[in-house]
Amino acid sequence: MADYKTFEHDVLVIGAGGAGLRAAVEAASADVSVGLICKSLLGKAHTVMAEGGVAAALGNADERDNWKVHFADTMRGGQYLNNWRMAELHAKEAPDRVRELEGWGALMDRTKDGRMNQRNFGGHAYPRLAHVGDRTGPEMIRTLQDHGIHQGFDVHMEVTVTRLLMDGDRCAGAFAYDRNTGELMVFKAKAVVMATGGIGRAFLVTSNSWEYTGDGHSLAYQAGAELLDMEFVQFHPTGMVWPPSVRGLLVTEGVRGEGGILKNSEGKRFMFDDIPPLYQGSTADTEEEGWRYVVGDRDARRPPDLLTRDHVARKIVKEVKEGRGSPHGGAFLDIAWIKEHIPDAEAHIKKKLPSMYHQFKELAGIDITKEPMEVGPTTHYVMGGIKVDGDSQMTTTVPGLFAAGECAAGLHGANRLGGNSLSDLLVFGKRAGQHAAEFAKENAHVSLSDDQIEAGEREVLAPLNRDPGDDVGPYRLQGELKELMQDKAGIAREEEGLAEAQAELVKLKARAEVMGSGGDRSYNPGWHTVLDLNNLLTVSEAVVLGAKERKESRGAHSRLDFLEKKPDWGTFNHVITKGAGGEMEIRREPIPEMRQELKDIIEEQG
Amino acid sequence: MKTATFKVWRGTSDGGDFQSYDVEIDHGYVVLDAIHKIQAEQANDMAVRWNCKAGKCGSCSAEVNGSPKLMCMARIDDLDTDKPITVEPMRAFPVMKDLVTDVSWNYEVKASIAKFKPKPADQDDGTWHMEQYDVERPQEFRKCIECFLCQDVCHVLRDHHLHDRFAGPRHFVYAADMEMNPIDTGDRVAQLRDELGIGYCNITKCCTKVCPEGIDITDNAIIPLKERVVDRSYDPIAKLVGMVTGGAGD
Repeated sequence: MADYKTFEHDVLVIGAGGAGLRAAVEAASADVSVGLICKSLLGKAHTVMAEGGVAAALGNADERDNWKVHFADTMRGGQYLNNWRMAELHAKEAPDRVRELEGWGALMDRTKDGRMNQRNFGGHAYPRLAHVGDRTGPEMIRTLQDHGIHQGFDVHMEVTVTRLLMDGDRCAGAFAYDRNTGELMVFKAKAVVMATGGIGRAFLVTSNSWEYTGDGHSLAYQAGAELLDMEFVQFHPTGMVWPPSVRGLLVTEGVRGEGGILKNSEGKRFMFDDIPPLYQGSTADTEEEGWRYVVGDRDARRPPDLLTRDHVARKIVKEVKEGRGSPHGGAFLDIAWIKEHIPDAEAHIKKKLPSMYHQFKELAGIDITKEPMEVGPTTHYVMGGIKVDGDSQMTTTVPGLFAAGECAAGLHGANRLGGNSLSDLLVFGKRAGQHAAEFAKENAHVSLSDDQIEAGEREVLAPLNRDPGDDVGPYRLQGELKELMQDKAGIAREEEGLAEAQAELVKLKARAEVMGSGGDRSYNPGWHTVLDLNNLLTVSEAVVLGAKERKESRGAHSRLDFLEKKPDWGTFNHVITKGAGGEMEIRREPIPEMRQELKDIIEEQG
Repeated sequence: MKTATFKVWRGTSDGGDFQSYDVEIDHGYVVLDAIHKIQAEQANDMAVRWNCKAGKCGSCSAEVNGSPKLMCMARIDDLDTDKPITVEPMRAFPVMKDLVTDVSWNYEVKASIAKFKPKPADQDDGTWHMEQYDVERPQEFRKCIECFLCQDVCHVLRDHHLHDRFAGPRHFVYAADMEMNPIDTGDRVAQLRDELGIGYCNITKCCTKVCPEGIDITDNAIIPLKERVVDRSYDPIAKLVGMVTGGAGD
């Protein structure tokens, strides 16, 4: 008989970043009992790392903005692989979701007339990102946390879920362990919302925290959910590259939004070369026009430094490859130069980008008000994820299982625009919470069989019972995986490397399956890491499979052996499922035809 | 690459001791890098909390050479590597294992504080008119990352263990944030006096010194709140007027 504690909730939310918290708040307002599982302490989730802002067509900074422009921008940025229904709902609902935060205590930076201010970001036609300096993520998660703790839901901190529990083909709960004590936990629930974030820890250079091990993607996949477009992993163009300790740490796009420019070792603004066709009409021709845009000239077009992240990242890689990189293999990002235009530039930079100032000063010994930063691409976000219904966020194949935020897919297509993830998690966190609560009310009866609980116990405790043996240990194995993914499935991919990655992943999986952790059950990170490896390996396999099958370059997915975008490949998504024999399968699924009114909007917005 | 010796406290609530580890130090290393390296290569089960490794989540609080610090922001270059560097858990909270402490008390205190209560919206779109000038001060308080280093260093908690009657600097900052939010209508003054024990703070400013976000905790949060408490409860003239008119303070 398994030894575990049992918890029952109508709705169980797994993950307590912005999406999970927003889902829990919403579900709790529908008069159902709600449990929220955090892998860390409450309020520490990866949302804290979001910097530049939350995208919503409030029209405060430029009244020409509205949901239609935001919708068209999002679709264009995603290379039209987006779930257009989600892009529509997102653009329409984001303003209300952002506004309501102030009623819960958020304090965004203000316009001169006392409204929420908005800033420029890549791919957004107008200044659209509501923000607090460059710490918008912390502001949002703290607001949701402080509001959430008074909404009557139960919070389970430092708990990791290792498998979803099923009642037939319906999701009915989760098996988990307490990271502190090692106690096993069974959660029985009528509906489950996945809000576990991303997969960045599968890569060597990443802006993501340790938690980003693809738990939600992997657990949902194992439970029968479909994964969508997993090849699309966003490499944010500006991560720190030096010193090694902070390699990959995010440098907000807000730096460029505030006028920062990219330069190569020859001092050239290389972003003015190779403007992609989709953006040729909307990009500045001269440095002078670019600056006018930054300071709000409505007739000026956007500087090329603010093109979409996929393009900027590739351009930096190209400069480095062709020998024009910075000393530590990146490009220069210069915000100090705005002193040529702004009288009190130093104070302005510190006010607008306080965290960046602090981060470079403390960790790299660089004063960004005086010197340029060195930046290069860092694994930042996964556009791919759990396939959901655009309205309800329920998974397409597992009733009772919902997903929201980064672990869900659809909104961003082949490339996400900056600022659209914070609005994503508000809009779809709310929707997931609302629909999960409705589902729980309509499908009240749920039962769990003992055999899956026993299986859950066996697999969780297995690493503790195994002899650690001679293998390198869980951290180094994870290190090998990260190097493999960085090298073969990173920003530049090709057939041969991807095939090698597939073969290597099989070997890593075999080693992980027999890995022992040593130590005991109380707060044992070695044990936790062995368990996390299962998820990392599953999502890595999915990324590599999707990347191998997509024999073109589109958005964040770049193939050195297929450099061009193929028009007829823009008509389908990749869907990954678990086959009958347990093997991973991939198929193409045509994108449903867009409603005429939405087609018209895209046409109008050019 | 140079080598540094780290003496890391290993143990549980039943007790423990420092253990020495030699670590090769790469450029720009912070203490958390060294701890990770020890964890990966020498002690797989060493317990440490961390998340963002960027000074934003406030998880990796510990005492480095006796000073409360975020391990992810404590550069080894700034420490004397000729001597062993000690790393131990925060001392104001019960140890769980190694560098991890039980900080759950902080979450209980926070939940007990009267919540944010906005006045009705004054704009057509359901929002409020607020000037940048009006939000600047509470924005300072909202930079708090809840690392609890201020709690760790506060003698009322650390030495006198008054956790049952004193909320600590973090929660005064939280209360000040709401009290100074231009649209909040809540009133936490009586609570600050009676339940949250703001009177125990004797403004030694230790909290301000350790705040990794540079929040001026004592001067900008605690003292103004103390003034509100004094105004409301201990103003002799107001008290006199109250006695005459029959209306008492809190």
